[in-house]
Amino acid sequence: MNIPNWICLYGNKLNSVKKVIRDLEVIENKPVGGNNFILLLKSTENLPPMRPGQFCQVKVDKAPEVYLRRPFSIHSVDYKAKTLTLLIKAIGKGTTVLSGITQGERLNIVYPLGNGFSLTMEPNVLLVGGGCGVAPLLFLAQTLKEMGIIPTILVGGKTTEDIPRLEAYRKIAETHVATEDGSLGEKGLVTQHTVFKTRLAEFKRVYTCGPEAMMKAVAQAAEALEIPCEVSLENTMACGIGACLCCVTETKEGHKCVCTDGPVFDSRNLNGWNIDKASACSLPYIKTE
Amino acid sequence: MIDLAVKIDNLQLKNPVMTASGTFGYGLEFDDFLDVSQLGGIVVKATTSKHREGNRYPRLAETNMGMLNSVGLQNKGVDYFVKETYPKLTKYNTNVIVNVSDSTIEGYVEVAEKINELERIPGIELNISCPNVKEGGMAFGTSSQMAASVVKAVRKAYKKTLIVKLSPNVTNITEIAKAVEDAGADSVSLINTLLGMAIDAEKRRPVLSTVTGGLSGPAVKPIALRMVYQVSKAVKIPVIGLGGISSATDAIEFILAGATAIQVGTANFIDPAVTIKIINGIADYLQRHQIENITNLIGALEI
Ligand SMILES: Cc1cc2nc3c(=O)[nH]c(=O)nc-3n(C[C@H](O)[C@H](O)[C@H](O)COP(=O)(O)OP(=O)(O)OC[C@H]3O[C@@H](n4cnc5c(N)ncnc54)[C@H](O)[C@@H]3O)c2cc1C
Ligand SMILES: Cc1cc2nc3c(=O)[nH]c(=O)nc-3n(C[C@H](O)[C@H](O)[C@H](O)COP(=O)(O)O)c2cc1C
Ligand code: FES
Repeated sequence: MNIPNWICLYGNKLNSVKKVIRDLEVIENKPVGGNNFILLLKSTENLPPMRPGQFCQVKVDKAPEVYLRRPFSIHSVDYKAKTLTLLIKAIGKGTTVLSGITQGERLNIVYPLGNGFSLTMEPNVLLVGGGCGVAPLLFLAQTLKEMGIIPTILVGGKTTEDIPRLEAYRKIAETHVATEDGSLGEKGLVTQHTVFKTRLAEFKRVYTCGPEAMMKAVAQAAEALEIPCEVSLENTMACGIGACLCCVTETKEGHKCVCTDGPVFDSRNLNGWNIDKASACSLPYIKTE
Repeated sequence: MIDLAVKIDNLQLKNPVMTASGTFGYGLEFDDFLDVSQLGGIVVKATTSKHREGNRYPRLAETNMGMLNSVGLQNKGVDYFVKETYPKLTKYNTNVIVNVSDSTIEGYVEVAEKINELERIPGIELNISCPNVKEGGMAFGTSSQMAASVVKAVRKAYKKTLIVKLSPNVTNITEIAKAVEDAGADSVSLINTLLGMAIDAEKRRPVLSTVTGGLSGPAVKPIALRMVYQVSKAVKIPVIGLGGISSATDAIEFILAGATAIQVGTANFIDPAVTIKIINGIADYLQRHQIENITNLIGALEI
């Protein structure tokens, strides 16, 4: 089994990696369907070690209405080339300005932030992404693959355009698709996909990122089968470094900051994410034939 | 040689730049970005007598050049602070000030008494101006009488430097400032956040779980500047100015208006290292204007 360098270096004490503020150069801004685009950013110095699921806080210039930084997951990393990518969906003021950024411009970012997914040595894992929620899952899939674990990937969206980067996932692992309008893959939600309905019990761990309703459905199905499920939350943030306490989510241990205690949480620790065990089998999306 | 040192009561500040409570955590969150010991002082997160979970999410709404928050004094309580957090802060070679909050006078006194025992904490900032809690908080800061009674009670229990943080959500801030000065405050800091509100028109709902929240950031600067100007004329004790400061120029403006020191709040979220830039910028300004001592600039506004 191949263990990525940074794990050897830092083990699980990745918190000891120093956060930095850097100006990165935009090498490419590539539209990838729908309102999604990928920013390829280059650093002049070595990148700090990053963990899948971690994020950065981007300063959006030239947008007078955007005051706070905007958080985005690390989509992929190339330590050798000193580049990283972000996969962003233009949904509002800041992201729309970012979608128009051009090659040669600089982006000021604070990174790496947050805890990231916990990596497992279990061979059978499922990654479930919805819409732009696939962003951190590419980095996760790549890292797992480096470790010798080939994940199974399931992505969903309303329509084909909501499934960016499919080719990148297919290069890494078996990737399944569900669209609500049936324009690509199976018609329906990810939780209605054959893989989810019939094979969930095979997996030893589930990782999910996307709309909260989707993550909840995935997490509850996993919980019913006693499979640990890690979810990546997207609460609105101000500081991104645990100073303002604005981004909290309710957990079994009280309010926790999504920016420092998360963004990745074990769904079982989140309040309001659990299923009532007794009724688990009557839930429509759990079929373990 | 440029001299940036200022004095707030018995506190010696190596420069006038401090950080504002609730925006700088305990300093530790910023260790990666700057040497906290280079600051004139830091004011750590509000500490209350008991553990508080704070308000529900969402607690944040971005506004034009600012933000609303309704964190609601989330903290683990004074006993936890004394036992777990304080030992981590003694590494700092700067003034670590504790922001003291509560909902009753007894609560304020309890926290002040416990903090009084901590050797490396040279002062407290009494927060009588939090707009985000149901009882107490701002209620103490919006009436001269209540402000005076809580300051008097804490003054009895607390022997070191007592800074009182004022609310801008009042008709006449100088009255409150004079009342807390008479009650024994060594200094006043202003402003806390301005009560505001944000609405999501699409959803027809308030953005914040608490409906209203506290406005901070560049948007509040003109109001803060005016209040610092008025209060520094009305009281003899040193004034600490804050509200929207994001650059050295902003800081100089507050000092010209009468502030002895300044605090940087929301701007830390945009640039975690901004405080160091502000210190350097103030030094540059003094050099450029051939002023050797920052104290010559305090209240030096020409009208
Ligand atoms: C840890 C983390 C990682 C993220 N990773 C990615 C990523 O990889 N790619 C990506 O495209 N997005 C990601 N997001 C979401 C992204 O931060 C928001 O879409 C972005 O901040 C919106 O900025 P805006 O100025 O365009 O929107 P605004 O104009 O501020 O808001 C437009 C609308 O979007 C809503 N909105 C704003 N922020 C959020 C949010 N965080 N979550 C849900 N709705 C929001 C607002 O309520 C409003 O209705 C992530 C968020 C977090 C917290
Ligand atoms: C997220 C947040 C939390 C805050 N928490 C506190 C607090 O606990 N105690 C306090 O006295 N002021 C608190 N404040 C107010 C700030 O200390 C400061 O008075 C205010 O934000 C104005 O300054 P600024 O515009 O520079 O941020 C908080 C402000 C923000 C934005
Ligand atoms: S965004 Fe400030 S604590 Fe998480």
